[in-house]
Amino acid sequence: MLKIDNLHVKLEEEDKAILKGVDLEVRAGEVHAIMGPNGSGKSTLSYVLAGREGYEVTAGTATLEGTDLLGLDPEERAAAGLFLAFQYPVEIPGVGNMTFLRTALNAQRKARGEAEVNAADFLRLVREKAKALDIDAEMLKRPVNVGFSGGEKKRNEILQMAVLEPRMCILDETDSGLDVDAMKLVAQGVNALRAPDRAFLVITHYQRLLDHITPDVVHIMADGRIVATGGPELAIEVETNGYAGLLGSVA
Amino acid sequence: MAVAARKAPALKLEGAQALLAAWPEPAGEASWAQAARARAARRLAEHGAPGRRDEYWRFTDPTSLAALPAPAAAVLEAPEVFEGVDRLRLVFVDGVFAPEMSDAPEMAGLEIQPLSVALRRDVHWAREVFGVLEGHGQDPVDRPFASLNTARATEGMAIRATGKAARPVDFVYLHRSETSDALVRHLIKLEPGADLTLLENGPAAARLNAAIEVEVADGAAFHHVRVQGRDHERRATTAIFARLGRESRFKSFTLTANGRVTRNECVIELTGDDAVAHVAGASLGDRDFHHDDTIFVTHAAERCESRQVFKKVLKSGAVGVFQGKILVRPGAQKTDGYQISQALLLDEASQFLAKPELEIYADDVKCSHGSTCGAVDPTALFYLTSRGVPRAEAEALLVLAFVDEAIQEIEDQGLADEIRGRLADWVARRRRS
Repeated sequence: MLKIDNLHVKLEEEDKAILKGVDLEVRAGEVHAIMGPNGSGKSTLSYVLAGREGYEVTAGTATLEGTDLLGLDPEERAAAGLFLAFQYPVEIPGVGNMTFLRTALNAQRKARGEAEVNAADFLRLVREKAKALDIDAEMLKRPVNVGFSGGEKKRNEILQMAVLEPRMCILDETDSGLDVDAMKLVAQGVNALRAPDRAFLVITHYQRLLDHITPDVVHIMADGRIVATGGPELAIEVETNGYAGLLGSVA
Repeated sequence: MAVAARKAPALKLEGAQALLAAWPEPAGEASWAQAARARAARRLAEHGAPGRRDEYWRFTDPTSLAALPAPAAAVLEAPEVFEGVDRLRLVFVDGVFAPEMSDAPEMAGLEIQPLSVALRRDVHWAREVFGVLEGHGQDPVDRPFASLNTARATEGMAIRATGKAARPVDFVYLHRSETSDALVRHLIKLEPGADLTLLENGPAAARLNAAIEVEVADGAAFHHVRVQGRDHERRATTAIFARLGRESRFKSFTLTANGRVTRNECVIELTGDDAVAHVAGASLGDRDFHHDDTIFVTHAAERCESRQVFKKVLKSGAVGVFQGKILVRPGAQKTDGYQISQALLLDEASQFLAKPELEIYADDVKCSHGSTCGAVDPTALFYLTSRGVPRAEAEALLVLAFVDEAIQEIEDQGLADEIRGRLADWVARRRRS
């Protein structure tokens, strides 16, 4: 599904390398987790894959089912099936949540040559998905993320994911700022989307999210590289011993 | 008065004579109307036509607004605004009232008559408004186009509201002639407790000079929603003079899309305690679009509230101007004055010039003002595009969101939505072209 080869990335504004040769392959149906200390490049990886400006790829490739992602605009990557759940979902005053979501869905469908969803069907679709995430009608009516609590913002990200049905989902620290109940709700939302033709890349600091979303593969990232790869037990090792022990043993 | 002592340069004086001579002196009117016109003509003759070097015209060149003959403007076919609203339509073609195209000017709670008729009679209320509010608004700065309007305009309506009007009155301004130069003047009086919504839409003429005097008596409410511009080469200078009584409300919103040069002045005086005045505007244009909002709010009573909310979206060399002033007179305690002007520049070629002013002579007031100027937020743009919204469409959504704060000043949700729809169409057309 997602294949990253020797990816090197630096900040456009300053000559600072962030990713220094990332290799990663996520197959359809799999859930991979990336853990790592602050500043290891986890969020940068997610932004570069989604197409955020400000980064320069100096070497390497990233493909989604064989399509070169790095040559596409963000909206083309979305239409190709990529989705990034933001660590800090953006507040957009004046743009209604429903308008935003419907515009996004229909733009993606149009780009893929599919028919647009009409207003009534769309409303039904969103209501159904929102219910499972405990998102009420009032929240849907508000401007995108404006006045939402941290938990509401993250649930709204998962709602977008559920409606847009991407094939490759990247979750960037979706657990940050969530209490246990909210985290369970978010995890349920993610688990409901797990499917043989869909893959997940879950970026997190802590192992606790992985108690609820069980990964197939866990990677440890440090200083712009994947330094260790293993099963769920790797996450438990991090939780017990911290990164220090693990990174020490790698070095 | 200090105003009379101002001495104007010869060029300005000649300009004033030319403007006065370009329009016939109205005949056969009541003596009070003649007197008001003479006062305005004298004022214009003494102070002169607006000039490029006037401080008050520092950001907007008045040359093409005063030039004779008026510069031509091509006519554009476009649908009328407010078609979804149940309203009483009064149609003007190139600034001339067209009764055969209009609804019968009758509605419970309203007396509507053409200005030319009202000025021939001894209409008591009109006598207290015509040239009076405008004259009052000439201090401390000259408003020569409004003086010309008072001196010469014969087209327009005189409306007196005695109760709650069942539906809005809509002035529909059709532009048919490429060389039309229109003077339009409306007089409006809301008696105590009356309630009226006035709509205005259409480009009106190749060049329009419009003025409205509105007297809002105690406890009355006046709502005004205007859509102007549209034809690319169209020029306009408009002025609203409002006087507000106790516990009255005045709310005015203007949408301007396109047009070459537009100067909208709004002069409001809060003379009764606990009155509320909100004036808002959204303007969008590109290339040689030049839009100027010049607002002057005077607080002359206690516990009044005023708000100015102006949003401009500028592209490819367009210029936006905002001159907004709040004057709090001595004794106008507990004044709540607010002013915000913001511009969204879609490229580096466009400009926003803002001159916010507060002048306060009372010590127990709350007044604030803000002005910002910036580009589209790249973080919001990335968020929208990352969900599959194409960049141009995402930018359009953000533009609509930016101006929505001004649209929210419209109380009637149906009218606000009408404006939103109009705006969305405009933005969509802009993307295609």
